[in-house]
Amino acid sequence: MKHLIPEFEKIKRRYPAGFESSLLLPCLHRIQEDRGFVADEDIDGLCEWLGVPRMQVEEVLSYYTMLRREPVGRYHVQVCRNVSCSMRGAERLIGHVCKRLGVGVGETTGDGRFTVSTVECLGSCGTAPVLVVNEAYHENMDAAKTDTLLEGLK
Amino acid sequence: MPGRALLMDFPVTATSHLLADYRARGGYATLRKVLTSMKPEQVTKEVTASGILGHGGAAFPAGRKWQVIHLDDGQPHYLCANADEGEPGTFKDRWILENAPHRLVESMAIAGYALQVRHAFVYIRGEFDLPYRRLQAAVDEAYDAGLLGERILDTDFAMDLVVYRGAGSYVCGEASGLLASIEGRKGYPRNRPPRLTVKGLFKRPTVVNNVETLANLTTILAMGGEAFKQIGAPKSPGTQLVSISGHVSKPGVYEVEYGYPVAKFIYDDCGGVLAGRKLKCIVPGGISTKVLTAAEIETVTYDHASFTKAGSGVGSGGMIVIAEGTCMVRLLQVMIRFYHHESCGQCTPCRDGMGWMHKLIDGIVAGRGQSGDLERMELIAKANDGTTICGMGDACGYAVVGILAKYRDEFEYWIVHGRSKFDGRLEVDAAELAHA
Repeated sequence: MKHLIPEFEKIKRRYPAGFESSLLLPCLHRIQEDRGFVADEDIDGLCEWLGVPRMQVEEVLSYYTMLRREPVGRYHVQVCRNVSCSMRGAERLIGHVCKRLGVGVGETTGDGRFTVSTVECLGSCGTAPVLVVNEAYHENMDAAKTDTLLEGLK
Repeated sequence: MPGRALLMDFPVTATSHLLADYRARGGYATLRKVLTSMKPEQVTKEVTASGILGHGGAAFPAGRKWQVIHLDDGQPHYLCANADEGEPGTFKDRWILENAPHRLVESMAIAGYALQVRHAFVYIRGEFDLPYRRLQAAVDEAYDAGLLGERILDTDFAMDLVVYRGAGSYVCGEASGLLASIEGRKGYPRNRPPRLTVKGLFKRPTVVNNVETLANLTTILAMGGEAFKQIGAPKSPGTQLVSISGHVSKPGVYEVEYGYPVAKFIYDDCGGVLAGRKLKCIVPGGISTKVLTAAEIETVTYDHASFTKAGSGVGSGGMIVIAEGTCMVRLLQVMIRFYHHESCGQCTPCRDGMGWMHKLIDGIVAGRGQSGDLERMELIAKANDGTTICGMGDACGYAVVGILAKYRDEFEYWIVHGRSKFDGRLEVDAAELAHA
């Protein structure tokens, strides 16, 4: 993460004095964007730069579901399984995605391209069912649209 | 449109979220009026006079929350917009963030002036990618135009606005959990007192308001609190952005003036139930509000008093329409799984209770249900009520008790026969849809 410190310094300027620990989440987001997950050396570097205890960083990492300690596939496919999506076909959609990619929920394809996860409400209930690939929402999905989407991801 | 529109009062286009368009619609004129002709106390007075209730779920009067802040206490005050929209069925704040981000920025500057805030935050859920980019772009535009930062609109007022991204936690939508998250900690809620308006972010007086509540400030200050109070229903002034989903023909976000008939809204404005099916029930405002049957909503109007009288609530405005023939056992299973997944684990009744509840409902669906299971679920719900720091444990209990009270026969049927009383699915069949 050392190469990101100049960027972190810029983020820091937006916060009032005494808010150093607030930088934890924005920095972890940025590290994950850069490396794909948060590695041990990132934690060491962050503790040193921010002056927060390692315990606090570990706690935050284990608490928030979006932060990862392990890499995922190049495309992280996350399908919502909450109420409104389930009422619009999410249960079939999850089955379809898994079958098509030949993996179970929480698994990564052998070539490292796709990881499939299920998630709780993404705030896209009016355009259900929804799946997210990396950051991007894909709404009103069905099997055919999902096939086209996945085929386009190399 | 179901009544008067205050927030959705412009056509959404490819550029309507940008500063130039917002200004062409009269944007930031109210901020100028406030900064150049009003004292901070007067702003709070107008907000109090408007009677606006919080739009995040608790419906606490915004003016009363603000009044706790003492402007001359010599401490920094903080303002946070709660954009951690995560209550299942709710996606209304997302509409504001994506389509009217400047509305929020202008309103927050007004609120910041009233509360004498130097640093304000928008806590936005981490999954919201487009809303985050739209809002951050609006904030950047506002800085460049002298609408944020030092000497706003050439006055002595200065305020910085930070957009803070969450990282996946339902509980961070609870105000004290949200502040813990901004402090760089896990989002554990904490007991009150002290209230957050006394000791909030980094132990300083802090106001946390929902995005939609804040977005209304521009309207309130433009027309005056008394005039705003005349809109809507007597004890629910203004409008509510309602996000409607599930088995409804025209899902989406609608602005509903308080007092509008709920049945008319669902059947006329939203096109009724999918595939011509009959309405079974609705979740009125996010899954933490109790379900209301088709018969029950016939006389309900969309406002707090009417929903409360019917035994439920406006909640977070996230309405879910459920068609006749939907299996309520499976529906409750999805709800409980969610609560169990999102329990932060701090309080024992919630951490363990959600787990037990999840086990019981999974057991019933797997055909291992036993007599007494439903009573056990009700007991857990009761044990949770009021015994945890935040309202999440209670909320799961409400969902459970609400559904069991009205659809107990479906659960008993599954326990006895080992299968759903219907086909056990939650979606309306695609073939049926194609035929309709």
